[in-house]
Amino acid sequence: MAEREQIRKPAPANREQSVEEAPPASERGSDIKAQLDDLLDEIDEVLETNAEDFVKSYIQKGGE
Amino acid sequence: MAVPKTLGLETEYGIVHRGAPEPNPISASSLLINAYLIATHQAPEPGRAAVGWDFTDETPGNDARGGAPAGSLAPEIETHLVNAVLTNGARYYVDHAHPELSTPECADARSVVVYDRAAEMIAARSMEAARMLLPPGEEIVVYKNNSDGKGNSYGCHENYLVSRAVPFSRIVTHATAHFVTRQIFCGAGKMGSETSGMRLDEAGYQISQRADFIEEEVGLETTLKRPIVNTRDEPHADAAKYRRLHVIVGDANMSQVATFLKVGTTALVMALTEDDAVPRELRFATPVAALRQVSRDLSLREPLELVDGSTITALGAQWELLAAARAYVETRGADAVGGKVAHQVLDRWEAVLGGLERDPMELAAQIDWVAKLRLLDGFRERHGLDFQDARLRALDIQYHDLRPAKSLAARAGLETLVDEAEAELAMTEPPPDTRAFFRGRCLQRFAAEVVAANWDSIVFDVGEGSLRRVSMAEPTRGTVAHVGTMFDECGSAIDLLRRLGAAGA
Repeated sequence: MAEREQIRKPAPANREQSVEEAPPASERGSDIKAQLDDLLDEIDEVLETNAEDFVKSYIQKGGE
Repeated sequence: MAVPKTLGLETEYGIVHRGAPEPNPISASSLLINAYLIATHQAPEPGRAAVGWDFTDETPGNDARGGAPAGSLAPEIETHLVNAVLTNGARYYVDHAHPELSTPECADARSVVVYDRAAEMIAARSMEAARMLLPPGEEIVVYKNNSDGKGNSYGCHENYLVSRAVPFSRIVTHATAHFVTRQIFCGAGKMGSETSGMRLDEAGYQISQRADFIEEEVGLETTLKRPIVNTRDEPHADAAKYRRLHVIVGDANMSQVATFLKVGTTALVMALTEDDAVPRELRFATPVAALRQVSRDLSLREPLELVDGSTITALGAQWELLAAARAYVETRGADAVGGKVAHQVLDRWEAVLGGLERDPMELAAQIDWVAKLRLLDGFRERHGLDFQDARLRALDIQYHDLRPAKSLAARAGLETLVDEAEAELAMTEPPPDTRAFFRGRCLQRFAAEVVAANWDSIVFDVGEGSLRRVSMAEPTRGTVAHVGTMFDECGSAIDLLRRLGAAGA
């Protein structure tokens, strides 16, 4: 671990700035949760309706 | 000295012909590609032969080790199937039972991302065009993944131009160190295991699509006993100066950041190898086992044993390669590895390793295996599913669906590096900064006189009796800077050949 710390370059100067500008973690957390919920709603809509048959019939020949 | 890294991807896509009474992946692939050629007016005029692929220079059986070991099987070339050269310099063809698209030669990792995205758009356009030709109720669907989950795999190969002067054994050493560990940011993620005797954790999820199919350390094969380092020695360029490292170990990526890093970091590692600038050799005690172990270690913390008895984690190995690459670019510059793009690769590489170290879930918008895991976890929790539920496997496959209306990757909030308009243009326009420019322009302007083309030559028939072959043995020549004006000034293929003859090209 210590060895790796030495190898690592210092963080670019602009990184700290972006951390300061970011909203508090709790707010960010609920944003992310809401985004995931929207995404899961979409997946519910577009996911193959008969998953079992779809997975079973997805057969490929080996390639390259 | 490292040679400029000319780069490219060859992607084999999964294909399904839905609603067909007797689906056949070979005829479906042919139909898909022909439909695209017709829809985009790249199909030949009636009564004319198509611009075919010229196989005279193909030697996939040549082994970089010189004399292949007994029992090695050289891949066969199929010449009777659809095989088209596109105006963007790409090759679009049927390979075994898959549609495959090889990008044109690119001069840096960003350009690879542009042409890889263009290839996805070409696949989407092909599916649309095929639907118009098929009976109602039938559809051809294309997936950009590498496994059917049932033990069958198809590849996304990468190509890197390297100097012939480098001993191949040195390439094997450093390429292996990188390929075993780079999965942590370029793995596409997969439900389940396709090797016997390997345990997965309860979730049954692993980082790489491809690790289960890698069985050897070094070898010539690509369809069985697949190796970590492939020895195909077919440079498609001046063989006295160049090798082409043909990489078969990687996953196809939906994330542009992952493609950018996969190609960008590997180009850097190859430059370091050429200039012998890797501070120490990271030799794994058992590279194939290590590759599979990394794929199954979502914690990214498991120690991997080196031949000297010490251990290193995949993250540790990547930090070490990054530090070597930074030092290399600082001392020798980035001319051989894409100029300013190499600096972007280094910065992104560092940021992604930092994210993986803190919490991989931070990278759900950048790294495929993390993005897919987030969807799987969220979906499973929402519906209270068992890990074995077929819907999770369906989600895994559909992540890679290239239909915009169905693709889950397209919905996963992945960061993009190139804008859609740029990629759309790249469906028909060649890159300006490699020999693909010459190939693409010839196809755009003089397709009627081009009889055949391949990576390093174009054959013309200008009605003068014998055919004329133009050689392109130098991948960095034939760019817009070299021949752009010539194309502007030539009204016909005869003019062009005359000018090229006069210029001694």
